[in-house]
Amino acid sequence: MKAVISVTGKDNVGIIAGVSTLCAERGANIIDITQSVLSEYFAMIMLAEIDGLKVPFSQFVDELDSYGKERALEIHTMHEDIFNTMHHI
Amino acid sequence: MINTADVLETINMIRQENLDIRTITMGISLLDCVSEDPKRLCDNIYNKITKKAARLVETGGEIEKEYGIPIVNKRISVTPVSLVGGAHGEETYVEIAKTLDRAAKNLGVNFIGGFSALVEKGFTESSRRLIAAIPAALSESDLVCSSVNVASTKAGVNMDAVRLMGRTIKETAEKTKDRGSIGCAKLVVFANVPQDNPFMAGAFHGIGEPECAINVGVSGPGVVSSAIKRAGDCDLSALAELIKRTAFKITRVGQLVAGEAAKRLDVPFGIVDLSLAPTPAVGDSVARILEEMGLEVCGAHGTTAALAMLNDAVKKGGVMASSHVGGLSGAFIPVSEDEGMIAAAAAGSLSIEKLEAMTAVCSVGLDMIAVPGDTPADVIAGVIADEISIGVANTKTTAVRLIPAWGKKEGDSVSFGGLLGYAPVIKLNTASPAKFIARGGRIPAPIHSLKN
Repeated sequence: MKAVISVTGKDNVGIIAGVSTLCAERGANIIDITQSVLSEYFAMIMLAEIDGLKVPFSQFVDELDSYGKERALEIHTMHEDIFNTMHHI
Repeated sequence: MINTADVLETINMIRQENLDIRTITMGISLLDCVSEDPKRLCDNIYNKITKKAARLVETGGEIEKEYGIPIVNKRISVTPVSLVGGAHGEETYVEIAKTLDRAAKNLGVNFIGGFSALVEKGFTESSRRLIAAIPAALSESDLVCSSVNVASTKAGVNMDAVRLMGRTIKETAEKTKDRGSIGCAKLVVFANVPQDNPFMAGAFHGIGEPECAINVGVSGPGVVSSAIKRAGDCDLSALAELIKRTAFKITRVGQLVAGEAAKRLDVPFGIVDLSLAPTPAVGDSVARILEEMGLEVCGAHGTTAALAMLNDAVKKGGVMASSHVGGLSGAFIPVSEDEGMIAAAAAGSLSIEKLEAMTAVCSVGLDMIAVPGDTPADVIAGVIADEISIGVANTKTTAVRLIPAWGKKEGDSVSFGGLLGYAPVIKLNTASPAKFIARGGRIPAPIHSLKN
């Protein structure tokens, strides 16, 4: 199973490093990243393999969410199927 | 591969535009619960529901978390109780309602529907007793919803039932007068009722349905409204295309959730209801879509045309997104549950006559409309007869959920709380239809019902 992790907010040093570290610690394997900064606005979308997750998926979602909240970032973690079904026939 | 625009669009729909799954409804057959002993009957019903739906709320929560999409309600629909209650008296029917209520509360679901009878052609003794028990059943329970089908295109209109429902609605209003006559918010009178509807208050598990099924209703007026806003000054052909594309995306999410819920609960997937279901929250209104299309206020001349186009485009877009479509499928216009409708009714722009016209071109009917508490039962029966005739003549579902708010008059407002919202009390034409209603009998089925 793959999850899409979206991170948006004001650009800062170490966003990718922080989120990737958290993923690595929890056993999520990042397989793709797209990232851009538009007039100080940071947007990153990661695709991560989560079959080897060491914590329940719901806990992983909550941890990323609170990690983001502490740094004024919005982090949403969702099963990739919701994007696939909505945007591909 | 990841497409940033797609991902951000989906997240925006959910976070900013109130896209959600309105309900996962589990339909459960109660036909095997029948017993001559009232206590045993109630025990059978309680045990069956709590066993079948034991994991419904938990599973809904898991899916919500995993896919990041809110699932607002988890509900249960059961076999019309008049088919299960059999030879029992009115008191047992009230006991069954309390049993359903207890089961729903224990499971943590939001509503349970199916305190229902199908009387389009005539009454059975058991359906008569069930209808007599409705006011007590709804006043002595919190989560039970009731519906009565009084007409169909095939059978015509059972006017004795229409008359009886006028009185039943009044009685229910009186019995729940200390709570804004809320009992009436859980009671719907139908024509051509669907057997697999996941939405309340009209949900029940029809007799042709499997033992158990998962039906899902989607929502998303805010998403459609925002898409129209972004489109700017395009013509109506372009607008219809845009609504279709948006409805497709909304419904795909419904299909995904329905399939996943069915798989995890090991219950067959029934249908997705292609609906635009509003809530009283700002940004979740069908009326505001119509206004975004170019009307000064909902209820203005042009409203019926705009709604007809919206309803058609929602169905065209949605139908390809789901493998099985059913239920009510269309845009809903419940007044008290739609922030824009509430505003339009309070401003005097939305009359009952305009709402009636709108129901000819969209899903369901005169829904969640508060009317003066002193409205005579015959006038309510007249409203039902008109609305039901629109459904019968047009081979579509129509329904009436009127709340004669006890002690309230035109211009007052009444609040039901939560998704049921609040409503300004609007005016009815009180000229008496009593003699017409008192004739009773059946209005014959229209000629176009003979399709064989």
